[in-house]
Amino acid sequence: MMIQGLSNDILTSIFLSMALASATTLILLVLATPLAWWLAHSRARWKEAIAAVISIPLVLPPTVLGFYLLIALGPNGPGGMLASLWGARTLAFSFPGLLIGSVLYSMPFVVQPIRNAFEAVGERPLEVAATLRASPWRAFWTVAVPLASPGFLTGAILGFAHTVGEFGVVLMIGGNIPGQTKVLSIAVFDYVETSQWGTAHLLAGGMVVFSFCVIFSMMLIEKRLRQARL
Amino acid sequence: MTKDNKIEFLFKTPLDHFDLDVALDIPARGVTALFGPSGCGKTTILRCISGLHQAPIGRVVVDGEIWQAEGYFRPTHTRAIGYVFQEASLFPHLSVRKNLLYGQDSRSPVSTQAFDHIVDLLGLGRFLDRSPRNLSGGERQRVAIGRALFSSPKLLLMDEPLSALDKPAKEEIMPFIERLHENLQLPIIYVSHDINEIEHIADYLVLMNEGKIVASGALANIQSDPNLPLAAYHDSAVSLEGSLVDYDAHFGIAKFEVHGAFLNVPSSAIEIGVKRRLKVYASNVSLSLENIKSSTIENLIPVCIIGMKETNPFQVTVVLGLGRQGDGAHILARITRRSWETLSLSINTSLYAQIKAVSLVRNQR
Repeated sequence: MMIQGLSNDILTSIFLSMALASATTLILLVLATPLAWWLAHSRARWKEAIAAVISIPLVLPPTVLGFYLLIALGPNGPGGMLASLWGARTLAFSFPGLLIGSVLYSMPFVVQPIRNAFEAVGERPLEVAATLRASPWRAFWTVAVPLASPGFLTGAILGFAHTVGEFGVVLMIGGNIPGQTKVLSIAVFDYVETSQWGTAHLLAGGMVVFSFCVIFSMMLIEKRLRQARL
Repeated sequence: MTKDNKIEFLFKTPLDHFDLDVALDIPARGVTALFGPSGCGKTTILRCISGLHQAPIGRVVVDGEIWQAEGYFRPTHTRAIGYVFQEASLFPHLSVRKNLLYGQDSRSPVSTQAFDHIVDLLGLGRFLDRSPRNLSGGERQRVAIGRALFSSPKLLLMDEPLSALDKPAKEEIMPFIERLHENLQLPIIYVSHDINEIEHIADYLVLMNEGKIVASGALANIQSDPNLPLAAYHDSAVSLEGSLVDYDAHFGIAKFEVHGAFLNVPSSAIEIGVKRRLKVYASNVSLSLENIKSSTIENLIPVCIIGMKETNPFQVTVVLGLGRQGDGAHILARITRRSWETLSLSINTSLYAQIKAVSLVRNQR
């Protein structure tokens, strides 16, 4: 039946979205942690300028970001040069390209909560750790990270959810290639365009439930973590 | 590097309203108290000694080991200090036991025996496996002290460890700090703006004001120096180290020998030979030229005037040396200017001090 064929298509989109969001979140945790640490602890005057650059995607129309990314990832940009290393012509319209775009686009949603959490932890616990012979590295892993864990959780969930929901950037740099760049949000758009309302309903409804679950579980977990801290 | 049993420091660093500019050698034993008004730079000295603050000009040598010198600065985690902050600052994500052992040397872990000893000393046994959030303020501060001790420090820094606590919690924790002082051969630098705490535990006192050291020396010497601010305090007092020579069980009076005199103190039973710190308030001492035997005052002892300072136009503070020649320990007497002139007292006058009350402060090592 038609539903059967469609659901295969849907599953591919769902899988693609999850893969993209998971990879993005992982990369972002690795990148955002040192960045957030630096923003929380540096006394450099220009650090707020860096923070602003990271936060641009919050206010920039996604299509604008997508436009620049398209140029950067294309055959004549740095992305194209990178792609030529393994014989491809461009990073645009590919999964790695989407990943780069998602990382940039979701970066502020991960950096900000982690930075806030590091700032909330403050200097004192780290000073205490230092007076107890802990090297800065040990103090970071045994004191700063555990105490900032609610911020990491919030950052990870926001980064994941935000990547699942992105549309404009993906449309600009990814297009609509099934199994490669056709993620959930694009699929919904596609089904509406082609008047497949039933499928669109299914996907859209699923996204609403997903989003609710994400936000709700985040609130519950955060509440529990905060109680554990006080 | 030779061990010289002293702690030497020198710091010059700007503070909010003035510069901290201090240089001092203190003995690497007993409790050295830094005393002065809030904001005079006491805490900054501890932060400089620990390396949490890097003074632009600074030098720290602890028992022959250089921690800071010109062009040399050892980061905090390489200095063998224990630091007890004003707030306990326990790690909320770790149990009391894990907090205590956070700073232990992983190459030579704290032995069960040493662990039990300090846990016992600080009375922590009951809540080792609890989370620090369920502890009272006093309990938390005791854990913080234990945690500092398990990092095997050569020097313990305590930054007003009692000031964030209410009075019952202070009274609860004071005996633990005293026990520490008695049981461990660990030099302690203790910052406080509360003279009562200092009279309890300090052996050596450093007076500070606006970033400078005003005076330093043995506690009783600073307390009884008429030219220093402590002697002019409304409730000025001198601490004396006494050892019990006799106990009258019938009347409940303990007889202590201090340098130059015997003092009778009402007390519950104490063993002969026990050392205690006694405290004599200047306002509890009056002077008489004659030996008045018929008096309810328990302590009437020969003294000699060795110093005098006007506290205000109508009141003088007299420094007395115990013994007829005044060669014993010093105490203070607060008398009116009129008495001073009527009795025509002067330096080197030998007379009698009537001490209305002597208080027992604590056990002595």
